Amino acid sequence: MVFKRYVEVGRVVLINYGPDAGKLATIIDIVDQNKCLIDGPANLTGVTRQVIPYGRIALTDLTVKISRNARQKTLTAAWTEGDIQAKWDATSWAKKLASKKKRATLSDFDRFKVMVARKQKSSIIAKKMKELSA
Amino acid sequence: MTVAGKMNQYQVVGRKAATDENPNPEAYRMIIFAPNAVIAKSKFWYYMHQFRKMKKTTGEILDCVEILEKNSRIVKNYGIWLRYSSRSGTHNMYREYRDLKLTGAVTQLYNEMAGRHRTRPRSIQIIRTATLEASDLKRVNGMQFAKKNVKFPLPHRVASAKRNMKALSSTTFTTQRPTTFLG
Repeated sequence: MVFKRYVEVGRVVLINYGPDAGKLATIIDIVDQNKCLIDGPANLTGVTRQVIPYGRIALTDLTVKISRNARQKTLTAAWTEGDIQAKWDATSWAKKLASKKKRATLSDFDRFKVMVARKQKSSIIAKKMKELSA
Repeated sequence: MTVAGKMNQYQVVGRKAATDENPNPEAYRMIIFAPNAVIAKSKFWYYMHQFRKMKKTTGEILDCVEILEKNSRIVKNYGIWLRYSSRSGTHNMYREYRDLKLTGAVTQLYNEMAGRHRTRPRSIQIIRTATLEASDLKRVNGMQFAKKNVKFPLPHRVASAKRNMKALSSTTFTTQRPTTFLG
């Protein structure tokens, strides 16, 4: 089992728990084996500079090139240069989170529309399968 | 008896009460770590009457002010010299912690002494604290995180159902062992 996601300065993480749950942040320094110092940057993700334990974060595949204790200005520049927000939104992880969020806000009529769409999709597939097996 | 919890740093200044023979006694200043100012002042007298012939009834506290961390945005290495009494005797100790604030490091110290040595806060006396450069660290644990380009994975990530976090399993019984490898 080779590890590809490391806790390191510049690693983009997703916060799982707490008041900033669901937001992205970057590791700017490591305190010890249980916690690290993260920063949004605050103007891009809404996460202020704080210490957070590893149990509350999930490591992503994205990293940013910064040095230890980068200031918010440098961090923001590195984020926009690396186009991190767009890269994150393109990952299937982010898309799944977004669709889960959307599903939770559906009204009954929306759920009806989803049901109809799924039935249409399955009938198209069934028709094609019949065509192929014939 | 110092009650534990989040420690704050106080500067307490006190002196013997002024009398006719001694109208301007010498004032003494101490740095005390305590959860609040009340306990800080109490600890001030505790130490003062060990060091000098002065106690609460014969003296007065001139000032008790909280000392805040100058820069609480960067991680620092702290070395703390302490004296604690165990069940069989009293010993000196030197411990190191990495934290953003000195008060955070002292809080860590009290919690760790309780966990590792069953020492109650009342048995701990902090002799001296210092902010250290990474090269001055003596304990391996802090040294390994004070290096350049530290990186490590998070192996065996266990989900916990405490406090609204995702549980290991949504059902009580399951035939599938959970995934603990998250990259």
